[in-house]
Amino acid sequence: MSFERTQEKLKILADAAKYDVSCSSSGSNRRNKNKGLGDASGMGICHSYTEDGRCVSLLKILLTNHCIFDCAYCVTRKSNDIKRAAFKVQEVVDLTINFYRRNYIEGLFLSSGIFKNADYTMERLVAVAKKLRLEENFNGYIHLKSIPGASDELMREAGLYADRLSVNIEIPTESGLKRLAPDKNREDFIKPMVKVKNEIIQYKAEKKIIKSTPKYAPAGQSTQMIIGASGENDFQIMQTSNHFYKHFNLKRVYYSGYVPISYDERLPQIGSAVPMLRENRLYQTDWLMRFYGFDVSEILNQQHQHLDLDIDPKLSWALRNLHEFPVDVNTADKRMLARIPGLGMTSVHKIINARRFRRLNWDHLKKIGLALNRAQYFIICDSNAFERRDLTSEKIKSLILQNSTSKYQKTLSNQLSLFT
Amino acid sequence: MKHKVLRYDGSFDGFLTAVFTVFEQKLIAVTIEKETITQEGLFSENETVTTDEVKANRVWKGLKNKLSSGSNYKLYCAFLSEQSGVEALLLDYINYAFATNDAIDKDYAHPSVLKISQIAKMVGREKHRMEAFVRFKLTKDDIYFANIEPDFNVLPLISKHFKNRYADQKWLIYDIKRHYGLYYDLQNVSIMQMHLPDDFDFTKTEDTYFAEEEFEFQTLWQDYFKSTNIASRKNIKLHTRHVPKRYWKYLSEKQPR
Repeated sequence: MSFERTQEKLKILADAAKYDVSCSSSGSNRRNKNKGLGDASGMGICHSYTEDGRCVSLLKILLTNHCIFDCAYCVTRKSNDIKRAAFKVQEVVDLTINFYRRNYIEGLFLSSGIFKNADYTMERLVAVAKKLRLEENFNGYIHLKSIPGASDELMREAGLYADRLSVNIEIPTESGLKRLAPDKNREDFIKPMVKVKNEIIQYKAEKKIIKSTPKYAPAGQSTQMIIGASGENDFQIMQTSNHFYKHFNLKRVYYSGYVPISYDERLPQIGSAVPMLRENRLYQTDWLMRFYGFDVSEILNQQHQHLDLDIDPKLSWALRNLHEFPVDVNTADKRMLARIPGLGMTSVHKIINARRFRRLNWDHLKKIGLALNRAQYFIICDSNAFERRDLTSEKIKSLILQNSTSKYQKTLSNQLSLFT
Repeated sequence: MKHKVLRYDGSFDGFLTAVFTVFEQKLIAVTIEKETITQEGLFSENETVTTDEVKANRVWKGLKNKLSSGSNYKLYCAFLSEQSGVEALLLDYINYAFATNDAIDKDYAHPSVLKISQIAKMVGREKHRMEAFVRFKLTKDDIYFANIEPDFNVLPLISKHFKNRYADQKWLIYDIKRHYGLYYDLQNVSIMQMHLPDDFDFTKTEDTYFAEEEFEFQTLWQDYFKSTNIASRKNIKLHTRHVPKRYWKYLSEKQPR
């Protein structure tokens, strides 16, 4: 391959792909076979981190940034005056293999602008994956984008070579989508998602009976939503997210704070801040839903449509539900331990293990490594020293905020000063 | 009872043999130390333990019966940390394990159990970092070569990972600090020592040793690394937390152009 041309293309097509947040390389079970190259059976590995602190785990590129659509929020939209480029199938294969051999990456994340039509584009994405698997015996991780509107037959083939497939719904509500991407409709996003979901279920069922059934998208499906581009509140966003987790068996929903890239007046203007703190709170809520046994309606509902920015969603829930506390760490069940503000699941498991040997006091809890700044107001343990004052929610909140500094302090004071 | 110092050769089997000796001689006031660091104590008796695989295996098997395989692995990891005093912690842990009927590996409120689990975690992190930060460079004789300088002696832990992954290419990972490396010849991984020219610079890719295309791919990788960054989300603090500065010198994407 010609080095200069590839270099030029890589710059353009990596730059255009960077707004896709997903870089996960875990969750697959593809082992190295026939002494080929690569293994995607372990945990994911972040090989590097960019200066914005995001992980680099996959070679994340677009096949092309030519696009027939004109979605306002997207940097490769038709009307945007930018340099366009397109990789050949072989170029992507060569880059992937050579980066992988040098231990730069875990695999490939291939997305694309839509040229001609959905199937024409999807066909080429599948061709890359197929070549990597069949000709190069590559067993690393492959994440392919499902192109909205692609045919069932292509989606079936895609899943046979890819570890993960994803369709980005981008805008959390249908009305928002209509406003910002009038040529697209929800149905086109949903169609490939449903197809992949059904295939995964079917292949799994067959695998139980016939061992040699091939793998089908073993790392599942994911999607992404842009935050802060179309005016949705947190309640609406998490409702949508919950809907997709429940009905499409998604592995992940990613939240991407909108990075202004356009002077379109329907959108936040260039120069306005990326809502990173809000993005963080949404991820926390997502985790509470998936790993901490919370129902989304406990955290966000008609009465509470916005997540607090100054405190995390679990603490916020606890302050609204003081009647559930204090919790005795020596007797409480796992569900309740997981609801104590400041405790992660690692701490919960440590408590459950350690308390089998002795009753735990503050000293033990500290040594185990619990963060007590928030937790201390919500727990009792094997000690006479516990919070005896009858504190109100507001009081607890102010005590906690006094004794901590948020890494978002700067963002926070900027955002809060808007309301004063 | 007189204090006894058991000296071993620095290998894991050697350490387990020393543990065997502790039980055999019912020693209570005892220190286990590497041969290389022992200072003669005035009031203690020294004994050099000869590594004995049979004895070592007996201790290891005994531990396997007592603990989960994950906890055994943790003990090995903690040993590879090479931290001063880790032998005493391990001995205390092993004593506690053998003295108690139930498995004690989850008793995190016990000081040695907690400490060992913390050290093992540090070593585990370093292992994972090395799996991430190894950067192979293709040499003229078709070997993918990487040099590392890990905080702990993690080469034995990462061997399997690289063997599974790069089954169809020859590779060599060399620990500069500990002067040994792992070499995979398309069949097996073996431990090897290397004799390099005195002026060999590990941070550079010199065209005397490395393949021509190597430079192109390093450039492409550096370009990619730059293009995939979102400048408006810059967060250097987070960046350096994930990629601490001490690892930068061998990461091709962090080299000045």
